[in-house]
Amino acid sequence: MKRWLAVYAAAFFAFLHLPLLTLAVFSFNSSQFTVWEGFSLDWYRAIVRTPQIMEGTWNSIIIALTATAISTVVGTLCAYGLWKRKSPFLTGSLYLSLVTPEIVTGIALLAMFQFVFRWLHWQLGLYTVILAHVAFSIPYVVIVVLSRLRTASPVLEEAAMDLGATEWQAFLYVTLPSLVPGIIAAALLALTVSFDDYVITSMVAGIDSETLPMVIYAMARRGASPVINAISALITVFFGLLILISERVRAAG
Amino acid sequence: MNLRRWFLFPSWLWMAALFATPLAIVLAYSFLTRGVYGGIEQPWTVESYQRLFDPLYLSIYLRSIVMAIASTGFCLVLGFPAALFIASSPQHKNLYLQLVMLPFWTSFLVRTYAWLFLLRDTGLINSALQAMGIIENPLPMLYNDGAVLLGLVYGYLPFMVLPIYATLERMDPSLADAAADLGARPLATLFRVTIPLCKPGIIAGSVLVFIPSLGAYLTPDLLGGGRTVLIGNLVQNQFTTARDWPFGSAVSIILMGLVTVLVWAFLRRESENLA
Repeated sequence: MKRWLAVYAAAFFAFLHLPLLTLAVFSFNSSQFTVWEGFSLDWYRAIVRTPQIMEGTWNSIIIALTATAISTVVGTLCAYGLWKRKSPFLTGSLYLSLVTPEIVTGIALLAMFQFVFRWLHWQLGLYTVILAHVAFSIPYVVIVVLSRLRTASPVLEEAAMDLGATEWQAFLYVTLPSLVPGIIAAALLALTVSFDDYVITSMVAGIDSETLPMVIYAMARRGASPVINAISALITVFFGLLILISERVRAAG
Repeated sequence: MNLRRWFLFPSWLWMAALFATPLAIVLAYSFLTRGVYGGIEQPWTVESYQRLFDPLYLSIYLRSIVMAIASTGFCLVLGFPAALFIASSPQHKNLYLQLVMLPFWTSFLVRTYAWLFLLRDTGLINSALQAMGIIENPLPMLYNDGAVLLGLVYGYLPFMVLPIYATLERMDPSLADAAADLGARPLATLFRVTIPLCKPGIIAGSVLVFIPSLGAYLTPDLLGGGRTVLIGNLVQNQFTTARDWPFGSAVSIILMGLVTVLVWAFLRRESENLA
């Protein structure tokens, strides 16, 4: 049975990875059909020459970085507060927001923004996307940081306070430094979910705030294209490297 | 404990303003009337909820539930042996786990698109089969229920493997050895010892796959080409093309309710197991 299991596992990993690998290989194909004709970088050049893609990438970067910064701070503070004393109601809402189908979150946010815009004459834009991304990233950050806090000892903070530290100093100089690897992992998770999101984003984005996933989606809806293969390969390699680096950091920390 | 209050305040604020309030608005909309030009109007009514029972929509929920069950079943059948392999391999466990996680970390959209690229008429599979002379005309593999199911299974497979692996990893290996010593064949040991002991992991994995499969929007839209309408697409359609916000809201509330009940039942079971 052992041998069969190993054969199966090889097939399983091939099933997981071959589709992405094929995608990447054919991004270097000079033909736009799935027949290998020769090596070329044409499709990568096409990325740079397509203004929508460049604009979408730029928007996605701004949104992901801002949303990650905010959700990491808010989520870390929240995790610390929950670690000090439980709050079943807040924890419950965080979990609920995590399991809510994305399309429901998306239309609910859209309905709310439209409702608010009846009085305020604002419009959907980058800021509505950022607000939404922070909202759905917070639970991820809280969960990752909380799992790190489970290994932290409350006794150390008590010792610091016995020695004259204020609550704030105990947090800042005792607990926070030990959380850094967890916070980095949480920020990376927030970054990837934010950069990747299509469903919620497409609901709350304005006309001037198309993100990269929205551009890819619109192109893919019209059928496959080697240009999407090229962007996909770049995204996969970028996030793959980011995760590998973070694993190294975590292993070292 | 003043500090704790300040620390929790931003997340309270954010969750109240951008999670609870939007849901409350959707709940309110579901009891209102559709406006002439879209949007919503008075009076308050339960009409949207009555319309939920229209046979046309019932078939959509049924299809979504069948699809979610099928996706969960395939993930279980494909994921369990993989988890078993990783848990029983003497070395490289971390490497294997990272191989399972890596596609999950990269873009979900890209992974779905990969199948669009492979399954289309001029895709790799059809081209290869044609080149080998097995088929003359491309097989229509894209834009049907099968493609959607494949996309869901591919997308959520890691959610099944990881919890099963975690349970297997905590299991005492001497139990399987004992069964073998008492004369059980490997398959009997698997089905009568390992799998029953692995039930918590299997249930956790199933919940983690079933829930996103049930509410899926992106996969059916992209790989089903709009032909496979699931609950998620119904919601989206009511808010965009059909412009029937009250009905779209009612469907959302039902979907949300279903997911909440499932998660609640799961968490209750978990806490009972721990107690």
